[in-house]
Amino acid sequence: MSTYSLSDGIASGAPRLSRAPVLASWLRESGVGVLAGVAWIAFGLSCLWWEDLGDWSRTHSLGIAAFIVAAIALFGTVGADYLGSAGKALRQRAPWLVALGAFLTLWEVATAKFAWLPLPFFPPPQSIIEVYTDDLPKLLDSVFASVKLQLGGYLIGATVGFLTGVSIGWSRAVGYWVHPVLRFIGPLPATAWLPIAFFTFPSSWSASTFLIALATGFPVTVLTWSGVASVSNAYYDVARTLGAKPSFLVLKVAIPAALPHVFVGLFMGLGSSFAVLVVAEMIGVKAGLGWYLQWAQGWAAYANMYAALIVMALLCSGAITLLFAIRDRLLVWQKGTVKW
Amino acid sequence: MVTALAEIATPPAAGAALDIEQVSHAFDIDGAELPVLSDVSLSVEPGEFVALLGPSGCGKSTLLRLVAGLDKPKAGTLREDEVRIARPHPSRVVVFQDPTLFPWRTVWDNVALGLEAQGVLKSQRHRVDDALDLVGLSDFRTAYPHQLSGGMAQRVALARALVNDPKILILDEPLGKLDSLTRITMQAELVSLWQRKGFTTLLVTHDAEEALVLANRVIVFSDRPARVKADIRVDRPYPRHRGDPYLADLRRQILGLLGLDATW
Repeated sequence: MSTYSLSDGIASGAPRLSRAPVLASWLRESGVGVLAGVAWIAFGLSCLWWEDLGDWSRTHSLGIAAFIVAAIALFGTVGADYLGSAGKALRQRAPWLVALGAFLTLWEVATAKFAWLPLPFFPPPQSIIEVYTDDLPKLLDSVFASVKLQLGGYLIGATVGFLTGVSIGWSRAVGYWVHPVLRFIGPLPATAWLPIAFFTFPSSWSASTFLIALATGFPVTVLTWSGVASVSNAYYDVARTLGAKPSFLVLKVAIPAALPHVFVGLFMGLGSSFAVLVVAEMIGVKAGLGWYLQWAQGWAAYANMYAALIVMALLCSGAITLLFAIRDRLLVWQKGTVKW
Repeated sequence: MVTALAEIATPPAAGAALDIEQVSHAFDIDGAELPVLSDVSLSVEPGEFVALLGPSGCGKSTLLRLVAGLDKPKAGTLREDEVRIARPHPSRVVVFQDPTLFPWRTVWDNVALGLEAQGVLKSQRHRVDDALDLVGLSDFRTAYPHQLSGGMAQRVALARALVNDPKILILDEPLGKLDSLTRITMQAELVSLWQRKGFTTLLVTHDAEEALVLANRVIVFSDRPARVKADIRVDRPYPRHRGDPYLADLRRQILGLLGLDATW
């Protein structure tokens, strides 16, 4: 952009100014949104223009849906000023809509239309949609089973880990006995217990719950413990001079002070428990998304695998988002001091 | 004389007497014993404002921890109103050099800490409001410590101590980290709080001027292990003026005792 001096504008630029900048600023604000519309129209066209190479029943609906998204993007962009926060949100996400539309177009063309990527290993988008519509009950059952198993194991692991961590951090005697055990067993990946767990526990469900709890418990214990151990003595001194009893020191000083560490542990535990969940479902449990993946592979139903993977990704990121939301609520006091 | 005045000013919550009798203390560092206090004896009358002055690291703060009951002396006894000090008690509250507010609690909840720990908060919530009023921070009751300036945080720490109606207020260089303007304001506030409430005050400082502006008595300690080197009465009415020639003279004497007379 060239430098612009005031006198130029008054002398000669005035008539030129009136149109071009308005258009330029409109393009700057809405150009990406229009591009998003174009990308999704391209996706819709790519669905409908050529014949499918295979036999997929949702191609037509997918094309229509793409046009609907395109229409929403276009109208949303044009009318963004009248849509308030929704329009603003759309404008903010427009670059992602462009990328997504372009990716889907490429995917559609590369699989269903010209098979640049070998079928059936790379199913087109419409076959994944087909899984969601036609195999929904089974998929939902799997989601439900996975969530139940994960939630039970995670809650048990997190609770036991938290209590153990606080006890080791607080009591020297507990630390003396538990610490070496933790040192010895903790670093072992929970999946290493799988063969033993599956024949020592009465059911594969209880065995998996145990393994998930184990995978969650270790990081939660270690981080809670280090959190409690690193609480400044000054806090205890203050509380003691104000008449605090030991229970007050634990509940109202040690635990709240250690909470940021505890959440790091909960976060790490969540990650490692996902890994155990999927492995346990693939090997022993006869339900859940891991099992669904395994089952789909057995039938060479690749679209089902991708569909299940996408659901799994949504669930895992949803769980982490939920954990972060809880953390932000409990640790409002950290706002502006610590970020991780 | 001082006692009588304090009793008239605030009949119920007057200060307590403090007796420190031949107290010695030492730290164990890597098996070696490092003496920090050697045969310290000191009698503080109810309602007195006593400043403990000495070179940094001489053991003044250790003495305060003993008075608070946070540590036990290796030898000797400490008594509050004839009762032996064995553990911390809210009648002896410490304000530390760092405000050490609990960052996860709001200002109000920080001040409420003592009442909550003693299990009386539910019936006495108004005392928290009163303490916040006293230090002029009522508008900040819902703020978190990280939102406060250094002086405000130290005021909250003071309110957190005062809400317990202590008989002995123990101040461990509470103004040491504040900027000089805030410091002067808070010195005046401390004096007026002490005059209104009548508690006994122990102030550790290494600022001779601060000691002379605030205290009835200045105890000068030697280098480690700390021994009482001088016990100086400061008979001047409040508010005191920093330029008072009497105080300047005392200050010269004190700096001389600390081995710093060459600089004056």
